[in-house]
Amino acid sequence: MNWRRHKDKFWALLTLFPSLALVGVFVYGFIGRTFFVSITDWGKGAALAENPTINVIGLGNYGQLFTGFLNARFRQSLVNAAFYSVLIIVGAIIVGLFLAILLDRQPAGESFFRTIFLYPMSLSFIVTGTIWRWLLSPGGGINRLPTFIGLPPLRFRWLSSEGSILTFNWQNLPFITGGIVAFVILTLAYRSWKSGQEKRAASMAGAALILVLWIAFGRGFTPKILPYPEEHGLNLATLGIILAAVWQYSGYTMAMFLAGLRGVSTDLREAAELDGANQFQYYTRVAIPMVKPVVLSAVIIMAHISLKMFSLIFAMTGPDNAETGHPAVLMYLKSFRANNFAVGAAIAVVLFLMASLFIVPYLVSAYRERRA
Amino acid sequence: MITKISELIEAASWTRVLLYTILVLLALFYLMPVYMTVITALKHPENISLATSWFPPRQVNWSSFVQAYQKLIPNFTNSLILAVSGTILSAILGSLNGYVFSKWKFKGHETVFTLMLFGMFIPYQIVLLPLFQTLRRLNLYGGLPGLILAHVVYGIPITTLIFRNFYARIPDSLVESAQMDGAGFFGLYFRVMAPLSVPGFVVVAIWQFTQIWNEFLWGITLTSHSSNPITVALSQMAGGQATTWNMPMAGAILAALPVLLVYILMGRYFIRGLLAGSVKG
Repeated sequence: MNWRRHKDKFWALLTLFPSLALVGVFVYGFIGRTFFVSITDWGKGAALAENPTINVIGLGNYGQLFTGFLNARFRQSLVNAAFYSVLIIVGAIIVGLFLAILLDRQPAGESFFRTIFLYPMSLSFIVTGTIWRWLLSPGGGINRLPTFIGLPPLRFRWLSSEGSILTFNWQNLPFITGGIVAFVILTLAYRSWKSGQEKRAASMAGAALILVLWIAFGRGFTPKILPYPEEHGLNLATLGIILAAVWQYSGYTMAMFLAGLRGVSTDLREAAELDGANQFQYYTRVAIPMVKPVVLSAVIIMAHISLKMFSLIFAMTGPDNAETGHPAVLMYLKSFRANNFAVGAAIAVVLFLMASLFIVPYLVSAYRERRA
Repeated sequence: MITKISELIEAASWTRVLLYTILVLLALFYLMPVYMTVITALKHPENISLATSWFPPRQVNWSSFVQAYQKLIPNFTNSLILAVSGTILSAILGSLNGYVFSKWKFKGHETVFTLMLFGMFIPYQIVLLPLFQTLRRLNLYGGLPGLILAHVVYGIPITTLIFRNFYARIPDSLVESAQMDGAGFFGLYFRVMAPLSVPGFVVVAIWQFTQIWNEFLWGITLTSHSSNPITVALSQMAGGQATTWNMPMAGAILAALPVLLVYILMGRYFIRGLLAGSVKG
């Protein structure tokens, strides 16, 4: 019996082995390889040669991207990526939650409406991007909708606008980042203070204070990351792409929230109604707080999807449009048009680190939950 | 039926009216791109203008579909081969892995599983260059087999996750009694797990088919012209500056049709795959 169990265990591990080996090489091995390529000069552009001579040059590629004169486009795509992610996450969560609450009221034809709100999710970004490009043409589509109720047509150039709002100077980036980090630390400090961990709260508040002091007085001695001011901001041409992405993915968040809302027990709902809560109060005080964990999952999943914007941008404005650019698009251009694998790899690493910021904590917490 | 109608009338308070008004308006908004795509695809190219873009065609013209079909059919076939073989292979791997992770837990299985899941969330740009080079070394660059390999490998995490959660719901007592009857590792899989796996396979198949059919980044970087999947061909058809919009719209409908059919016919399973994407649960 014992011998047979050992044999079965052996077969189990042997069955798993090919997948583990493949994931090991194709995920972890390749990530390592990309990290390595990003710190080389990759034969100075001779990327397609069979055996280019590769010299390790350290973090030079990254330095060039973040502070080099020729790479303003990378910096704008990084800013775009941040705005794409934040606006798509917020948009998809608000719209999805709204749709879920509507359907949670169990209207007649609920499954019909659910099908309609969710179908865009099954389509390729290339299909939806092609269609939305036509819908967002300056003289037609969406812009003509107001004329049906007697208003003048809109004039907004959805995908070709050159305007930009919320602009900031790239030289201030370290201070802006510092401010955001300080804010996050302060929030965490407040939370540990409320849960009675005063010592931890105090040390975190201290760290935040140091950051705030640096932001206030540090400009004099902090070296400048760019020798000249460079404006970046939220490019208005990205709004059309964000609209299309929210249209496509709000059904996803709706499905997640609907599952969560349905999970709130009828007992709880009846109790709330007995206590005199109206429908609005039921959602704001009972149901939405109950689906908070879903919000977290939705943020992670939308963050991950919003970093995969490559195909949508490609279909809507093409890879060469700098206004709507994204690091994923620039990585493609640098690697496969300019054959500069080293810089392409460095951009990929930046993108990967941004994604890991969301994914790693999520996977770790899911891991802990399963072990508990 | 009668009770239902009377219930409806009873419930038709003003909040109900408001609810339905909002739902219908939203449904129109979500369907607007479909309407626009269909009417544009059915217009004669010379009748397409921005000012009349919302009006249905005066004369229905099917020839754009014929042309788009003739142009896209090689790529449509490529995508079909790609999606079907990729789906079958990754479903088999996922099923076996899920079986091991749920019924043959070993020391550190949670850690290994989490490390595997990580592969599902990475932006694929981080593996693109080594993948490109490896496929070139293996002489798999440019054709469909290389692309299938990529889809199968990077499909392992999600298919394993779905099957693991699926098998976790099969009671261990069933497994133990089969073992009492002398079933070994594979006997157990084929006699107990596989027959119960049909819904799991449906969820995984729908998910993988949709993902592979819709994929674009690898299609454009890892295949040569004759092996381009449909997404790449559609982007080229729509990409030119002097585009008349009837062709891209007809092409978009062709490229969307298989996944849309799957979604409409098997929506329930599609949503399950979707929700499995959120790892907790």
